[in-house]
Amino acid sequence: MIHWLILPIVLPAFLAPFIVLAARYHITIQRVFSLFGAVALIAVGLGLSVEAASGEVMLYRLSDWAAPFGIVLVGDRLSTLMVTLTAVLALFVLLYVIGSKWDERGRHFHALFQFQLMGIMGAFLTGDLFNLFVFFEVLLIASYGLMIHAGGTVRLRAGVQYVLYNLLGSTLFLFALGAIYAETGTLNMADLAQRVALIDLGETVGIRIAAVLLLMVFAIKAAVVPLHFWLPSSYAEAPGPVASLFAIMTKVGAYAIIRVYTLIFPPELAATADLHTTWLLPAALLSLALGMVGVLAAKQLDRLVAFSVIGSMGMVMVAIALFTPEGIAAALYYIVHSTLAAGALFLICDLVRAGRANLDLTAQPQVAGARLTSAMFFVAAIAMVGVPPLSGFIGKLLIMDAAVQNPYMTWIWAVILGASLLSLVGFGRAGSTVFWKARAVEAEEDTAPATAPGVLCYVGAGGLLALLAAHTLLAGPATAYATAISQQLFGPERYLTTVLETPGKLSDGKEEAH
Amino acid sequence: MELLVASAIGILTASGLYLVLRLRTFPVIMGTSLLTYAVNVFLFASGRLTVGAPPILTDATRYTDPLPQALVLTAIVISFGMTAVVVMIALGAYLGGNDDQVDDLIPASDAEDRT
Repeated sequence: MIHWLILPIVLPAFLAPFIVLAARYHITIQRVFSLFGAVALIAVGLGLSVEAASGEVMLYRLSDWAAPFGIVLVGDRLSTLMVTLTAVLALFVLLYVIGSKWDERGRHFHALFQFQLMGIMGAFLTGDLFNLFVFFEVLLIASYGLMIHAGGTVRLRAGVQYVLYNLLGSTLFLFALGAIYAETGTLNMADLAQRVALIDLGETVGIRIAAVLLLMVFAIKAAVVPLHFWLPSSYAEAPGPVASLFAIMTKVGAYAIIRVYTLIFPPELAATADLHTTWLLPAALLSLALGMVGVLAAKQLDRLVAFSVIGSMGMVMVAIALFTPEGIAAALYYIVHSTLAAGALFLICDLVRAGRANLDLTAQPQVAGARLTSAMFFVAAIAMVGVPPLSGFIGKLLIMDAAVQNPYMTWIWAVILGASLLSLVGFGRAGSTVFWKARAVEAEEDTAPATAPGVLCYVGAGGLLALLAAHTLLAGPATAYATAISQQLFGPERYLTTVLETPGKLSDGKEEAH
Repeated sequence: MELLVASAIGILTASGLYLVLRLRTFPVIMGTSLLTYAVNVFLFASGRLTVGAPPILTDATRYTDPLPQALVLTAIVISFGMTAVVVMIALGAYLGGNDDQVDDLIPASDAEDRT
């Protein structure tokens, strides 16, 4: 049994209380431990990814109880990739936080940050649906604290909306879990995969309702239209680096949809076969279109980026809704790209605040450090819009290529291309207003010039951009790996046998000698 | 008993949903609390309703499914914590802004456009 698998959850779970209890008044110690945690998580994530790359499915049984009875953690190619991606994003966000001193504007930033990481890592690794709910709550309750970090009435109001919306989402999740348990008598994902397939086609009412409820819950997390209303305000009002970390949270929803709807309710399952084409695909196309219209209509830079996140999640969902191996592979490539691009854009938004009264898209005096900030905005916008040469373009190409065989190919292509044009215009207008027109505006003489953001801020945002460039240059190996992940997802035999047939306590009804 | 439990869940959910659609934070929080009560009973019922049976497998043939009870316990703790958090944040927003509407404030620039 590989004990490494639980480390991404245990490490932040120990660091966070330590930071609260022992290092409460020592910001330097908090920063050192927080950074140490992120670097260690990257190391563990990379180690697990190397292990999983061979196609091996790692299993960790908590307290050694055998699978359907105890909770298991499962590490396959997909989960280890997401763990590594989260850890990498967390490191650069932390560098930015330390550089911009965001952590000094309120209390307990680093502790909440570690709890947030614990929840996200747990959600990616768990092999049990109820445990997934618990980790969702862990990441949510930490995100509530992070979202209202540093306070302020506007932020608190947005926080109330965010918390209430997610509270309703959690309630819906519990209803779905109750329905699934009532129908099948299990909540272990591998066990569910086998039992759902056995349900007689005439008696699938309950399980179909559960499948739709579950899809809605994950769609709320992934901010798919019409369940996206929580996202724009909360992402725009959250502190910049927190919004940047939240870029991975929408992907938790996407991950959960991929996991549950390839393993438990696969596309060939007769009871839920039409779910993806009837509901998910139109909703995804709508989010893509609405997100990019929002980019065009936004009056503030942070809202513009928030809407571009909705649009890019729409793009991910379009690829997922195809539910072909090619579609999922394209979605995975795009998920990595979209996380890095959205993370970088939110950090750059925060950089733009230096020397500006607000983020309104109006001509105001030039921001401090405009030369570098505007260049980075340019690169990040290119990536997000998806024009050559960066990875957004490649990802979009992969998705469109995967959609060729789909009966709705015309719609998919039309919406993707139209939305790209809209976002291109939206980002172009925003960039030229914020950075270009600013040259014509004279700063008022009596105000002292704002200091440019520190080097670490640029390292944080620039690091994510560098990763985007690497994601583009290594597109060949990256797509090959995404294809390997998707093959593993569509051939879950190894996952099922590893989870259900590895002996532990209570397997075969009797206790094994240990 | 099935009818009683089912209608209790239904009424709780319906009133909860109605309250959630209100515009002030207090009724909305009450609504989410009612919804979490409804879901707790629902989870409890997902292991089938059995009266007077132990939640443990003895040599007797009659037993209650213990797992939903464990799930409900987890759900209660989580929803209790979440409600406490939302009450605190809502209080902060109310005391800071002297207004407890849930929906968005219209930014000053937009308000000028609309008038």
